Amino acid sequence: MTGTAPAADTAGTGEAPTAFLEVRDLKIHFPTDDGLVKSVDGLSFQLERGRTLGIVGESGSGKSVTSLGILGLHNKRNANVSGEIWLDGKELVGASQSEVRRLRGRDMAMIFQDPLSSMHPFYTVGQQIIEAYRVHNDVSKQVARKHAIDMLGKVGIPRPDQRVDDYPHQFSGGMRQRAMIAMALSCDPELLIADEPTTALDVTVQAQILDLIRDLQQEFNSAVIMITHDLGVVAELADDILVMYAGRAVEQASVDATFHRPLHPYTWGLLGSMPRLDRDRSERLLPITGSPPSLINVPSGCAFHPRCPYRDLNEGKSETKRPELVEVEPGHKAACHLPLGRRREIWTDEIRPKL
Amino acid sequence: MSTSKTPAEKVSVDKAPAGEPRPIREGENLLEVENLGKHFPVTAGLLRRQVAAVKAVDGVSFSVRKGETLGLVGESGCGKSTTGRMIMRLLDPSFGKITFEGQDITKMSQRRLRPLRRDLQMIFQDPYSSLNPRKTVGAIVGAPFRLQNLEAEQGVKKAVQEILELVGLNPEHYNRYPHEFSGGQRQRIGIARTLALKPKLIIADEPVSALDVSVQAQVVNLLEDLQDELDLTYVVIAHDLSVVRHISDRVAVMYLGKIVELADRTDLYERPMHPYTNALLSAVPIPDPAQRGERKRIRLQGDVPSPLDPPPACRFHTRCWKAQDICKQVEPPLVELSPGHQAACHFPENTTVSATDAVAKAAVAPGAAAAGDAGSASAADSAE
Amino acid sequence: MLLLVSLVTFGIFFWLPKLAGQTTDQIAAGYVGKAPTQQAIEDTKERLGLDDPVVVQYADYLKAIIVGKDFKAGPVTDHCPAPCLGYSYRSSQPVLETLLDRAPATLSLAVGAAVIWLVGGITVGVISALRRGTLWDRMAMIVALSGVSLPIYFTGLVSLALFSYSIPIFPGGGSYTSITENPVQWFQALVLPWVTLAFLYAAMYARLTRAGMLETMNEDYIRTARAKGLPEKTVVTKHALRASLTPIMTVFGLDLGLLLGGAVLTESTFGIPGLGRLAIDSIRSGDLPMVLGVTLITSTSIVVINLIVDLLYAIVDPRVRLA
Repeated sequence: MTGTAPAADTAGTGEAPTAFLEVRDLKIHFPTDDGLVKSVDGLSFQLERGRTLGIVGESGSGKSVTSLGILGLHNKRNANVSGEIWLDGKELVGASQSEVRRLRGRDMAMIFQDPLSSMHPFYTVGQQIIEAYRVHNDVSKQVARKHAIDMLGKVGIPRPDQRVDDYPHQFSGGMRQRAMIAMALSCDPELLIADEPTTALDVTVQAQILDLIRDLQQEFNSAVIMITHDLGVVAELADDILVMYAGRAVEQASVDATFHRPLHPYTWGLLGSMPRLDRDRSERLLPITGSPPSLINVPSGCAFHPRCPYRDLNEGKSETKRPELVEVEPGHKAACHLPLGRRREIWTDEIRPKL
Repeated sequence: MSTSKTPAEKVSVDKAPAGEPRPIREGENLLEVENLGKHFPVTAGLLRRQVAAVKAVDGVSFSVRKGETLGLVGESGCGKSTTGRMIMRLLDPSFGKITFEGQDITKMSQRRLRPLRRDLQMIFQDPYSSLNPRKTVGAIVGAPFRLQNLEAEQGVKKAVQEILELVGLNPEHYNRYPHEFSGGQRQRIGIARTLALKPKLIIADEPVSALDVSVQAQVVNLLEDLQDELDLTYVVIAHDLSVVRHISDRVAVMYLGKIVELADRTDLYERPMHPYTNALLSAVPIPDPAQRGERKRIRLQGDVPSPLDPPPACRFHTRCWKAQDICKQVEPPLVELSPGHQAACHFPENTTVSATDAVAKAAVAPGAAAAGDAGSASAADSAE
Repeated sequence: MLLLVSLVTFGIFFWLPKLAGQTTDQIAAGYVGKAPTQQAIEDTKERLGLDDPVVVQYADYLKAIIVGKDFKAGPVTDHCPAPCLGYSYRSSQPVLETLLDRAPATLSLAVGAAVIWLVGGITVGVISALRRGTLWDRMAMIVALSGVSLPIYFTGLVSLALFSYSIPIFPGGGSYTSITENPVQWFQALVLPWVTLAFLYAAMYARLTRAGMLETMNEDYIRTARAKGLPEKTVVTKHALRASLTPIMTVFGLDLGLLLGGAVLTESTFGIPGLGRLAIDSIRSGDLPMVLGVTLITSTSIVVINLIVDLLYAIVDPRVRLA
């Protein structure tokens, strides 16, 4: 043995990484009466300031649990968490609850899917932003209120000095999501996690909110994790993309590589499933057969094999051996048993022409 | 008392105004909707006085040809779902007329509607809540047979199993309960239920929006296959413009209770005339990072106004970048600006004529007496 | 709402004597006292208007409340100023005076118990919800269940036996003293009744609070509050508890209103001279005006307290204000 470990094997060493955010072999399991739910089962990724990571997956892929896990918001009573989460040199999985709590809202913040149910109905929008600001900043109510008005103005709410005293139900859907963003950004966090931030919104409002997130990211230079099921959203916003399936990453690459040279059959399936406005209308969509698996009963071997059209090309490995996420090209990782050359062939010859 | 009438009298009384349903051939209008509207009263105070009305749908007209798919798109609150429910007669229209197979069903009694319910079916958005959790799949899909007192040829069970197979479900799952199925499979059960009685028209209200992307595509393909196989006509209501383009032959775009544009799929998506359609299309995120920053971007300001108090004249003028004074004063009518392409706009794009010009022309052509000078005056008149 | 009160009253006015199977003669005879002469009975009927139709009697009664009433007793005329609820058939005391005399005892009992059960019940409920499934939660809910199911006269007598007769910490039954007379004694005498009465309600409120909290803690806005980095204490008290309290407020309004009309069982068990005992005694002796008076107080307090609750609701939940 030469004694030098490859760079990819730093996981589990407990050493502080150089990346701003680094997640190493994160596992979040929930024991239930029906069995162990492996919501996140060995996930690793890195993210730098000023960059946007898009996490894409279907329901039950573990993408939302991952984000809640980073913030320490998962249900702690019944979750088993292992692995490491490093934020700016601090490890979060082993940190005390009060330490993580102090980081929440100040260094890392989150925007949720449904802005109506995510805001407290009994407090004004202003009160809720002021509260978020004052937890982490020792300022008077007047100062905090002024800051809240500034933030509301910054996210594009007209007449913020008046709207600050409105209740969430007096805002429209788009305005509420803007207010949520104002609240999340009130302490100038370096990491912003947006969990399906536009799914509940109309398409014209979605476009506004995506623009807003992009502009604010440039202004604050924060790291953004964008969680969504919509490939269109990440194509517009993300620098890198992580495709999740059954609690694990199956492909991880730059946004260009993901859309133009994807190397995992699941990613192909996602691309073929969506009707596209930027192409001539195809006669038929190319769906993935079957449904996403139950996280209690994850299929053996490659979790995607029951739905994979190419599973028979791997001499039985698909059913028995779990493929590891390995770097197939610089900065491009995929977890698939298919030989790389064969995958490139399938993509260029069979998949791309039909998209 | 209605029971005092003889059956013969009753039939003659009921049938006279509506007219017999007549067989509709391929390409003819199966469904016609004229100036249909629904205003929900808003009441206040002890006496429940009506203080305002939510103009959910405010006069829409369109027709659906047999065998085609009409897409109804728009943002929340545009009235697309209300329109669908009125066609199903799940809601009573405030005004307007619905003609199905040549028969006026606008005011038909629920009793007389029952036989029509075989021909008119609806698919709902939420496959979780629209299936009774305590009934087996067999009972759910077989229910329409019992409701209509129909005897299937080889028994209901056999018929149900055939339908299950048709929608891609295992016929042996006849005795299972909805919770044993995934979201996509539940939507298939919902579709199977609507197909049980071989309907002619299916209204699908957001049929795939609650489903995962990969499963959405399965259901979209299924709907298309069934259309070919069973000669179905669809009205698909959805907010997802990509899905609507894929599935529809013609598309109507709604905004605040009105149709603002109605055209063939290709026309609408490639040469949209109404600025709102344009803005909608430009807002859809495109799954291609290479096009980032390349596309023409139109960003509308603010949200859709409340249908309680819609803007006067052209309802889009508050968010429209092309709006001028006339848009705030005169409502542009929905008129045909090129063959098969209707739009309601004073300043349409991708065309040389405007709505007002077209109306002026239309007014000149048939009217020998009324239409004299085709100026601003006649445009204003006809716009009312 | 006043309409409601008067209707309730009217119903009882009309039905009570009939249900008791009494004729007007018997009522009047009871009123006159020992060895009634026929003349005295007729006079009394005349004076009280007992032979008038029910509607007229009811109208008289309402009129008396609003403008007062003169009672002619031979040559003497008693003026009963508004709001006049009449005179007791038994003691000939004005009803209003008796009610006012008895009300403080009931008020002390009800308000004191309410404070204890609100604080106790909600605290136990919140802790149970936060420690769902733990030993504490199970024990608390078993105690709560027993609290709901054990009748007052049982818990009341047991507590009297334990803390008054076996270990004489608190005075026994019938030792109620007015607060103006002797606050210390007032307090001592009420401790056991308060705790006994509060136990029943606290148990109910603990279960209500627990259920409400469990639901609220799963709301998205609780997740948001945590995501802001708020300390768990703030999340629970400021965000979760406030939202769970609204349904409890509604129930509380009803409960307190009912209690203000007299906690019959508690007052009887502990010998407190409150409205509840007055009602029991009056019903037993067929003292119609007194029964009516207590009923009126009960219905009024329920209506008034619910009005207050509705107003509070609008303050607590801004969404209600628009409706």
